[in-house]
Order: sequence, then structure tokens, then C-alpha cells
Amino acid sequence: MTEESRGFLERERFRELFDRLVLRGYQTLAPVVRDGTIVYEEVSGPEDLPRGLRDLQTPGSYRLEAGESGRFFSWANGPQALKPLLFAPREILWETRRESDGALSFSSSSPSPRPLAVIGIRACDLSALALSDRHFGKGPFPDPGYALRRRDLFLVAVDCSHPADTCFCVSTGDGPEAQSGFDLALGELDSGFLVRSGSEKGRELLRELSLPPPESSMEEALKRQADQARSSQTRRLPSRNLRNALASRPDHPHWNNLAARCLSCGNCTSVCPTCFCFSEREEPALDGHSSLHLREWDSCFTAGHSYIHPGPLRGETRFRYRQWLTHKLDYWHDQYGRSGCVGCGRCLSWCPVGIDFTEDLPLLLGEPDGH
Amino acid sequence: MDTDPHFPRAAIIRDRIQEAPTVFTLRLEPEGDTSVPFRFTPGQFNMVGVMGLGEVPLSIVSDPSDLDFFDHTVRIVGRVTGAMARMGPGDRVSIRGPFGNGWPMDATRGRDIVLVSGGLGCAPLVSVVNYVVRRREDFGALTVLHGVKNPRDLFWKERFSRLNGIGGTRVFLTSDTGGSGWEGAVGPVTNLIENISVTKKTTAKICGPEPMMIATVRKLLDQGLAEEDLWVSLERNMQCAAGFCGHCQLGEMFVCRSGPVFRYSEIKNRLGIRGL
Ligand SMILES: Cc1cc2nc3c(=O)[nH]c(=O)nc-3n(C[C@H](O)[C@H](O)[C@H](O)COP(=O)(O)OP(=O)(O)OC[C@H]3O[C@@H](n4cnc5c(N)ncnc54)[C@H](O)[C@@H]3O)c2cc1C
Ligand code: SF4
Ligand code: SF4
Ligand code: FES
Repeated sequence: MTEESRGFLERERFRELFDRLVLRGYQTLAPVVRDGTIVYEEVSGPEDLPRGLRDLQTPGSYRLEAGESGRFFSWANGPQALKPLLFAPREILWETRRESDGALSFSSSSPSPRPLAVIGIRACDLSALALSDRHFGKGPFPDPGYALRRRDLFLVAVDCSHPADTCFCVSTGDGPEAQSGFDLALGELDSGFLVRSGSEKGRELLRELSLPPPESSMEEALKRQADQARSSQTRRLPSRNLRNALASRPDHPHWNNLAARCLSCGNCTSVCPTCFCFSEREEPALDGHSSLHLREWDSCFTAGHSYIHPGPLRGETRFRYRQWLTHKLDYWHDQYGRSGCVGCGRCLSWCPVGIDFTEDLPLLLGEPDGH
Repeated sequence: MDTDPHFPRAAIIRDRIQEAPTVFTLRLEPEGDTSVPFRFTPGQFNMVGVMGLGEVPLSIVSDPSDLDFFDHTVRIVGRVTGAMARMGPGDRVSIRGPFGNGWPMDATRGRDIVLVSGGLGCAPLVSVVNYVVRRREDFGALTVLHGVKNPRDLFWKERFSRLNGIGGTRVFLTSDTGGSGWEGAVGPVTNLIENISVTKKTTAKICGPEPMMIATVRKLLDQGLAEEDLWVSLERNMQCAAGFCGHCQLGEMFVCRSGPVFRYSEIKNRLGIRGL
């Protein structure tokens, strides 16, 4: 564990952080507004970031609203953060060529990504990243594309001051303050940022910025802000550890109730920062001499996901929803040592029919005929 | 696993045997860099690919001591297996593997082996038959109980009858429907279990559709077989075969990595649940 350094970065000096990252060769991504949501895109400085923005999220809806404060991070999250940057939604794994004598040759098209710096990552995103690292980084042969992109990542986290109504990171133990896995973390105040380092890389950059130490009143203000963020969260999981609590109830009638609402669209799995399923397929060239072997995000809500001849093992939505939630909250404990849910609330907001499993869980865990 | 699971190599088809109208065997020889020899244990599988179409998981049915080639026996069910059926000597496929854990062959040395297979002929068990027959003195009695839906689903009829009686091996066949010319029993494969007597030396290896495996397990447990001496091989959709794509999950298990062969006691809570 590297020693933590701290400093105060006035709002007027925010640009210096971006400049330092550019000097170090990073392509810098930060939150911008696109199509009514917040996404991470390449920026050149703080002027590209929205200010005072608030996100109004409820199950089934996501809306951005202009606010008064001049703050950069007075919102909670958008539909995606780090997942698509590391686990590419579509990736070519190899190309096969058929030579004139019929021999096959294979070439990998390993991406050669520029080192990425991402500003504005939240506590839940960092926890999800730690889980993805365990999944894609396991064994003697970790996932090559993921490993490559992961290697040179510089993460500037922000403590959440304004959780959305859908957030429940307090109950999963993941937020609202960034705990680990970042290079730098920012606590935002009206006057600027309290910056703390979380890695040697971060410490070096902080040293280059040569910031004055934060005043104790700032530390106190941030603490109050975090307490407020914590107490603003109303949703919670019944327990952090539901190991075997869902798997032991595959026939609970409430699964049918969920299935009656769920469209099996898979939105929840694509916005969830820990969902890792993908499928592979070939894309043959028209001349028949070569073919790309690629992979794309997949979802346990598709029929193809569990297909084995002569049909899908999970043919009904009931089985698919059960698989999703049981995997997320239950099997993950055996697979990677904790729940697969980091409480980001994305699957609530982006579900077209507004399913909120924090409301369904007590029913799934209760007596079948309970009220 | 010693070979990169994320990248294929080529294999050339050296031989093709038609086993039945919809079943064929391909003998494959790895091409390219052969400095890493192709080693496997019975029950492991490869991802075998047809350029432009995709890859499918196939068990390796040949003997692990044959170092120059390996065999896959394939039933035509769809796109990729259908395309493979049209390939012949000189054609190439892609190979990733071997994957999975395989049957416990060393751990069951000296024991009486009972193999129970059902449904559409069970490739994962073929490798065990071959393995035991080739090392007859290393194992106790070998009994094969094989059930098909329909007499015409049976292939390797000659091989089965050749096997019967050699070195004390016994083969029992049954068909759900029976029919003219059928010499085996009629009824489910579980009926064949009465032909064996379970002892402390018995190990059973089972492969087939889940309901058949569950019925077989029940009957064997009733006969006094210990849960620890029961092994099953499972099938799930598989894309990566290396524990990443999520398709093969059964409960907390990635079947491609911790299976496809499981000790019954380790998997019993996850069997027999519809849609799991
Ligand atoms: C560990 C393992 C070992 C196997 N060993 C053998 C073997 O030795 N011989 C043999 O004939 N078959 C074996 N199978 C089944 C074989 O993989 C399928 O029959 C094959 O994938 C069907 O592909 P298709 O494209 O022809 O069929 P389609 O019906 O067109 O299937 C489309 C896709 O669905 C998937 N799929 C369909 N059925 C299965 C299935 N049963 N299991 C896994 N994925 C499936 C594949 O990705 C396939 O490409 C094995 C399956 C597993 C999981
Ligand atoms: S399950 Fe929902 S709330 Fe939990 S991490 Fe995934 S998207 Fe976020
Ligand atoms: S987003 Fe909602 S409707 Fe779509 S699959 Fe998930 S739970 Fe079902
Ligand atoms: S086949 Fe991809 S995880 Fe098992």
C-alpha cells in the first residue's frame, strides 16, 4: 500500500490536472452529455465538461436537468462507465485465412490501445472494476484484450456527493466515497477539489501539481457531504451476502411475478458494470478466403445464451430472470468472493418496465404466501 | 491447461469414418508448431471450428497415448456439425483445447467400471471404453450399459458386440421402443442396472440427457453405490471454453473449467432443476 498524499486543487486550476495527463501521454476521457445521458469521451479540458448537471433517476427513467451549482460532478452516473472501455462490446479475436493449398493460418489482431486516463469514475465503478479484474484476469491465460487495455489505465475517481434515487451503494458497501483502486480521488467542493492519491502513479502526479495542503474546514465539509450522500440513499439490499438464499428458492412463486413484467430485453445486463457474458461468431469475407472470429457482449436474457440442441435450456423469461439475479447476488460469492452487485442502480433506471429488484428481494426471500 | 485457450491452431483431417447415417468420426492431426504436443485425458474436449461458420465443443474419443492424431465422433445436429460432415481427408479445421477436466482415470485404476450412457450416443464415454479396453489389466470389471431411443439410433453395433466378453467386459443394450431385429432389451437404460452388482470397488460414469442421468444415479444409489463413486458429464452452451464467456454456467460453476465431468456429490444440488 502506497502512502496517501493530499492536496487542495482550486477550481481555477482544474485544467492543470488534464494538462498533466496529456503530458504523460494519456488520452483523457471525462463525462460529457450525449443524447440526454452522461458518457465518457475524449476531452481536452474542464471546459468540455457539463457543470451543475443533476441526474433524475427512478426505476424505468433517466433524465438530466440543469442545476444552479457550478459543480462538475453533482450527478451520480450514466448508463456506462469503465466496462466498455476495457471489455470491448465487439472485439476481433483472430482472423483465419485459407491459403491456396487449403492450409489455414491465424493471426491475432491485438488492439494497441493508447494509455487511457478516465476522470470522474465513481466508487461503484471501482468496485465493479475490481470484480472484472478477478473475472477477466484469472488463471494462467487471462483475457488478452482486457489485460492489454487494463494495463495502462489512469483512474481519477470522484466521491459521490449527489447519489441518484436509484443508488444503493451504501448497502452493498461500495460507496459513496471511493475506497481503493484509483490513482487519484477527488472530493468536490464549491471552491475546488480535495485530491488524494491511491497509487504511486497518482502520488507522482500529485507531486507535480504541487498543491497546498487542504484546510481542516474543507475536510470537515467533505465529511458532512459524504454523510449526507449516505443518508440520502433509501434503497437497500436485504443483506450483503445472499449466498444460497436465492439458489435455494428456484421454485419461489415470486419469480413468476417478475417474469410477468420482464421483457427479456437484456438492458439490465448491458448497463450492469459487472455483467461479463459474451458470445463468439464468425464473420466470413465475401471472397471465402478469410474470416474474422469475433466476440460481442451477450446477455443471459437471450435464447441463444443457453441454447443446446434442440432448444434453449432457459426457454422462459422466468428462468432467465432467475439466472440473472441468482448469479448476480448469490453465485458470485462462490465465484469471486462477494456479491456481483455494486449498488450502482443502473439496471433499475434503464429497465424499460422499471423493475426494481430491491423491492422484489424481500418477497423472493419471504414465505411464498407471505405479504 | 498448457496451451493458449484464446487462440486456435490448424488441424488436418487424415481420415473420416461414417459410423451411422448421421454420425461420423474425424481423425485429426495438428499442424503448424508441433513443439507443444497435444496431450489430453479422456473426457476432455476441443473447440473445433469450421472457417466462416464457428466452433463447437467436441469430446476427444481417441486414446491419449496416440500422440500423432486425435479423433472426434460427431453427430450432425445443425450448422457447424452439418458442415463438418461434408469435410474429408485433406480439409482443415481449427482447434482450441484441450479443455475441461476429464474423467478420473488414474483415480479409478483398479476399480470395477460401470459406464451408463443414454440418448443420442455419448461421445464422452467412448473415450473411457477405449481407454479401459487398452489397459485391461489396470482395471477391474468393465460393464457398459447403453440405451437408445430407437434401434436405428444405435451405432457401433459391431464394436459393441466385439467388445462383449473380451477380458470380462459386458455390454448391455436397450432401446426405448424396440422393433424388429432388435436383440437388446426394451425399456429405459435404468432397467439395465439390474445386470450389475454394486460393490465397494464399483465406480460409475454416466453421460446422457439430465433426466436419464438423474434416474440412473437414483437407482445406483439405491443399490448402495456411494455418491463419491458416481461421476457425470454435462453439456452446456460453450463459446470460450475457458471460463470467461459465461454461457456454460450451472449455478456457481463454469462447466467448461470445473467440468464437464463432475463428481455427483459436488453437483447434486444443481441437477434436476428446470431452466437452471
Ligand atoms: C463438453 C461437450 C462435449 C461435446 N462432445 C460432443 C461430441 O463428442 N460429439 C458430438 O457430436 N457432440 C458433442 N457435443 C455437442 C455438440 O457440441 C453440439 O452438437 C454442437 O455444438 C452443435 O452444433 P451445430 O452448429 O451443428 O448445431 P446448431 O443446432 O446449429 O447449434 C447452434 C449453436 O448452438 C450451440 N450448441 C448447440 N447444441 C449444443 C450442445 N449440445 N452443446 C453445446 N453447444 C451446443 C453451438 O454453439 C452451436 O454452434 C458436446 C458438447 C459439449 C458441451
Ligand atoms: S445489478 Fe444493477 S445495481 Fe447491481 S451492479 Fe449491476 S446494474 Fe448496478
Ligand atoms: S432491463 Fe428489465 S425488462 Fe429488460 S431484461 Fe432486464 S429486468 Fe427484464
Ligand atoms: S464456455 Fe465460456 S465460460 Fe465456459
